Amino acid sequence: MNALPSTTDGAAWAEPLVRVVGLTMAFGGDVVQRDLDFEIRRREVLAIVGASGCGKSTLLRHLIGLQEPAAGQVLYGGQDLHHCDDETLATLRRRFGVMFQAGALWSSMTVGENVMLPLRMFSPLDRRERELQARFKLALVGLDEAFDLEPAALSGGMRKRAAIARALALDPELLYLDEPSSGLDPFSTRRLDELMLNLRQHLGTTVVMVTHTIDSVFAVADRALFLDHQEKTMTALGSPHDLAEGGPPRVREFLRRGPRR
Amino acid sequence: MQLDATTLAAWDAGTAPALWRLLAPLRRQGVLVDTHGLPDAVRAALELALPAADAVPDELPAEPGGGGFLHAVRRGWRDALDTAAFIGEVLLALGRLVRGRAVIRWSDYARQLDQTGPMSLPIVSLTCFLIGLMLAYMGGAQLERIGAQTFIADVVTVGVVRELAGLMTGVILAGRVGAAFAAQIGTMKANEEIDALRALGIDPIDYLVLPRLLAMLTVAPLLIAYAALVGVLAGLPPAVGIYGVPSFEYLHKCLDALTWTHLWIGLFKGTMYIALVALAGCREGLHAGRDAQAVGAATTTAVVKALVWIVVAASASTVLFQSLGL
Repeated sequence: MNALPSTTDGAAWAEPLVRVVGLTMAFGGDVVQRDLDFEIRRREVLAIVGASGCGKSTLLRHLIGLQEPAAGQVLYGGQDLHHCDDETLATLRRRFGVMFQAGALWSSMTVGENVMLPLRMFSPLDRRERELQARFKLALVGLDEAFDLEPAALSGGMRKRAAIARALALDPELLYLDEPSSGLDPFSTRRLDELMLNLRQHLGTTVVMVTHTIDSVFAVADRALFLDHQEKTMTALGSPHDLAEGGPPRVREFLRRGPRR
Repeated sequence: MQLDATTLAAWDAGTAPALWRLLAPLRRQGVLVDTHGLPDAVRAALELALPAADAVPDELPAEPGGGGFLHAVRRGWRDALDTAAFIGEVLLALGRLVRGRAVIRWSDYARQLDQTGPMSLPIVSLTCFLIGLMLAYMGGAQLERIGAQTFIADVVTVGVVRELAGLMTGVILAGRVGAAFAAQIGTMKANEEIDALRALGIDPIDYLVLPRLLAMLTVAPLLIAYAALVGVLAGLPPAVGIYGVPSFEYLHKCLDALTWTHLWIGLFKGTMYIALVALAGCREGLHAGRDAQAVGAATTTAVVKALVWIVVAASASTVLFQSLGL
């Protein structure tokens, strides 16, 4: 399922992009999830699923370094995101882009400026090159005509796609998406699903998404990681189809309403 | 347990709730309750509301623990620590700025400059004009009793330049600008825009707080000087019109009373108040909760905090400068 390019030299590709080791997440003294161990493989689409409030978005916040783990590590190529010097942290951050749940476009700027800001901060490009890059990234998500619009003028789905364009600004190898299909109609959801697969196919982007939408999990995810609300740890990791057939009972229950293909 | 409803003649919308109140505790204890025999509509609604015999109750969020005085003290203490940490971070960011390593958005600075400065002029003019007017009018009434009307100029000049211009400008900016800072930044927080900055490695203090603080610090001395000028001139009409002080004498005495010490103390204190307004607004915005209601609360808190800080700073600095003999 995990399609690798033919020109691969095995060693580099076999190395996972991210390795999560014994991660325990807590708010104050309340453990949200404990002892998470998994890796994010190159060019896979990994879906993080589970009931509301089980800690999916919290896990995402740990993966991108917005929240400190209570225990354990998030390793990018062997380097700990949460315990490294500022310079390393800055380079590690360049390796992923993030789309937040409602897009989180900076409302005081136009869509184009939103995409150009990371470039202005972290790339040596001059103004004209930045604009070209931004227009190109917006074209990738099908929004090239929205360059001069304010984020408020966009629909929910367009906002999310613009946010993906912004996340892609610095050409990250990994894209984190927080609930890409929440609040979207089925058509927009399908469009986003296709976008994810296209990005993976054409740019080789690895995609990790937190989602509630079982249809999307079956449509795009190579693997699904199930966070259990009651046991407070991950209880399954594997292809959605396998989990729907032979996973633990609560995982099967969760994935049951998905279409079987 | 079996329900016998054969004698039930009529039922209404209250029947199912009444039965539910009786039966739900039984069902929870695992007692089998058979609702057959009830009218269909009552039975259907009842079955829907009653917990299933083997249901696991949903875990409800725990009530926020500990009310009362101790809790309030602890919260206040934590809030004070947070504020101290925030001010420390701002100072660090200022240090980075001086060393040219802060990521600051100068277009934002320009926009804030415009919002805080020129846009505040009308309301600053109005309030300080009225303050000067009042001060001259009331001060004159007292001084007239000892025939010292010419000293109205001294009262107005010292009062306005040293204390009131800064105070009033601070209060106005707290309502006009501090609240806007909290609302802007709080909305960004609720919309995860702050997280989007942090995920990129852009420090929100550098990027959002510094331009606002610097804009406020830039306009503060100018606004205060302008407010003082308006206030002093506003003392002229009552002095001349009511107490018969010649206008040339009023202005001359004003210039006499206006020493450098009064001027710099007035500018210093006012600038300090305005910096506090900016800090309170930004801090409350950054600490806002994640929903729309929290943004409103942050805005209110920002204004209240700014006013309290201003009054505390005003008293402390007045005592300090008096004891220094300035």
